[in-house]
Amino acid sequence: MSQYYSELSDKVIAQLADFSLKAEVAYGELTIEVNKDDLIQICLILRDDQDLAFDSLIDVCGVDYSTYEGSKPYQSRYASVYHLLSVKNNHRIRIRTWLDDDLPVVDSVVGIWGGANWFEREAFDLLGIIYSGHPDLRRILTDYGFIGHPLRKDFPMVGQVEMRYDANKQRVIYEPVTIEERVIIPRVIRDDNRYAGRLNASEENSEESA
Amino acid sequence: MSEIQNYTLNFGPQHPAAHGVLRLILELDGEVVQRADPHVGLLHRGTEKLAESRIYNQSIGYMDRLDYVSMMCNEHAYCMTIEKLLEIEVPERAQYIRVMFDEITRILNHLMWLGTHALDVGAMTMFLYCFREREDLMDAYEAVSGARMHASYYRPGGVYRDLPDSMPQYEASQWHTQSEVHEQNKNRQGSLLDFLKDFTNRFEGYVDEYETLLTNNRIWKQRTVDIGCLTAEQAKDLSMTGPMLRASGVAWDLRKMEPYEVYDKLDFDIPIGTNGDSYDRYVVRIEEMRQSSRIISQCIDWLRVNPGPVLHEDHKVTMPERMDMKNDMEGLIHHFKHFTEGYGVPEGEAYGAIEHPKGEFGTYIVSDGANKPYRLKIRAPGFAHLAAMDFLVKGHMLADVVTVIGTLDIVFGEIDR
Repeated sequence: MSQYYSELSDKVIAQLADFSLKAEVAYGELTIEVNKDDLIQICLILRDDQDLAFDSLIDVCGVDYSTYEGSKPYQSRYASVYHLLSVKNNHRIRIRTWLDDDLPVVDSVVGIWGGANWFEREAFDLLGIIYSGHPDLRRILTDYGFIGHPLRKDFPMVGQVEMRYDANKQRVIYEPVTIEERVIIPRVIRDDNRYAGRLNASEENSEESA
Repeated sequence: MSEIQNYTLNFGPQHPAAHGVLRLILELDGEVVQRADPHVGLLHRGTEKLAESRIYNQSIGYMDRLDYVSMMCNEHAYCMTIEKLLEIEVPERAQYIRVMFDEITRILNHLMWLGTHALDVGAMTMFLYCFREREDLMDAYEAVSGARMHASYYRPGGVYRDLPDSMPQYEASQWHTQSEVHEQNKNRQGSLLDFLKDFTNRFEGYVDEYETLLTNNRIWKQRTVDIGCLTAEQAKDLSMTGPMLRASGVAWDLRKMEPYEVYDKLDFDIPIGTNGDSYDRYVVRIEEMRQSSRIISQCIDWLRVNPGPVLHEDHKVTMPERMDMKNDMEGLIHHFKHFTEGYGVPEGEAYGAIEHPKGEFGTYIVSDGANKPYRLKIRAPGFAHLAAMDFLVKGHMLADVVTVIGTLDIVFGEIDR
């Protein structure tokens, strides 16, 4: 599997020689990191090239890296991650593009894969990533009139408002939350020597392919 | 009388044909749909956010509650992604058990879909037939995990425990006499595998019954043929997977294309459709039920003769045996660490996907090395399918909207997450 994907990685790099990108094969999956300005052109090549032929978009999601504690460097706070699938050639690719911290904007890929529509709306709703050129960028999962982006790391686990039925006003009202956030099991990163060689090994692989 | 051309209709969220909490804003011209705007999120529970604050194993239970008619498949995708990051191999017996329960789940899901879809379209009897068989399969869930629906049975590294040697029995009550109960317990005298074998033998006949009611039924065909058509190109463009894609004539099934667990050792066929309409999707799903029954039967034969461990032996990530915990110092430490801190997953990111009854169900996990996922993204097939709603119903009649909702096989647990 890894063998196939490192060959695919070479193919992708050859096809995208005009653009600056980083490719990495880990866990039998190919990831490329691209500049957000090149995204649309790169996606078009990935879709239309006959050897690659990524004809289906599996997923779009955002990631907020602001509290990331791992050793791998991250370029900026937000990333938009695309998972593509080629039904024709049976292979997959992951594209990551880093976005600006204060205003995460990236071009929408709805024009390339129609299925991106709701996935981008979801990433906009949950992380506040703006997909410019999207035909209908509305909130999708959260409540009507919701404020904030729940999957951002600075959004509290318990939320900011709670609602209840008010018998006097005869309607449902919103109030600031009264419950406190509890952490039962703290988040820890143990120094685990069983996995020590692994990160270095995958970096070596990526250098070879790049 | 003033002439009104277009008007807007609010459909749901409390509508029996909305399959849960779908709110649909329909713009109609007479009875023809001009635009459909689904409003989802009424069942949003923030599973992805919750998972970020819980250790890996605590989120298995949340996975059940995503697509609440195909519980174990959701767990499977989640556990598989963690195993990918941990780079551990699942014991072969556990792989067979997983495959068997995935297929049981597929039948459960398709029966639920068939019953409700037919009910929406007007065939009441189907609902009763389908729920009769679901009962048996839910008993299999209960026997193995103790819960009829939300099983939490899979674990990263295998499954929670081995298959039971006996089935739970019915007991006499004021509603059922001893002789009735005796009849009901007849096929429950042996092990779970005996019970399932008996089920697979009967099931083929049951599917024939459904087909007698629907396949050549004139009303059923009038309601489903040429409704919600998708060509192969459109289906791929709209991120369709699973039966939605196969009905359009694309032979794409992860069980064949990216065989996970032991699917490459099993013998089964992938049905595909030709027209990509609602009727083809019905035929594809019916055939999938027969194939699932075939797979279950093969798994039973293998599981009968091959005992072995069902959980990975590295107790840094899996729970130790109860007796080890009581008698062995190391076992005690593993047990304590497992439940107070969980296990760290090495830094990295992985996407694991399975052929869920509805399509491709995947989880994308970003780990920074901690005992909790840094980011968990759940790729639910129903989300992509419902997104195509506007495309599918444009130009159809209002009554066909219900058929299209049915044929998409949507469950709000996974769409809203």
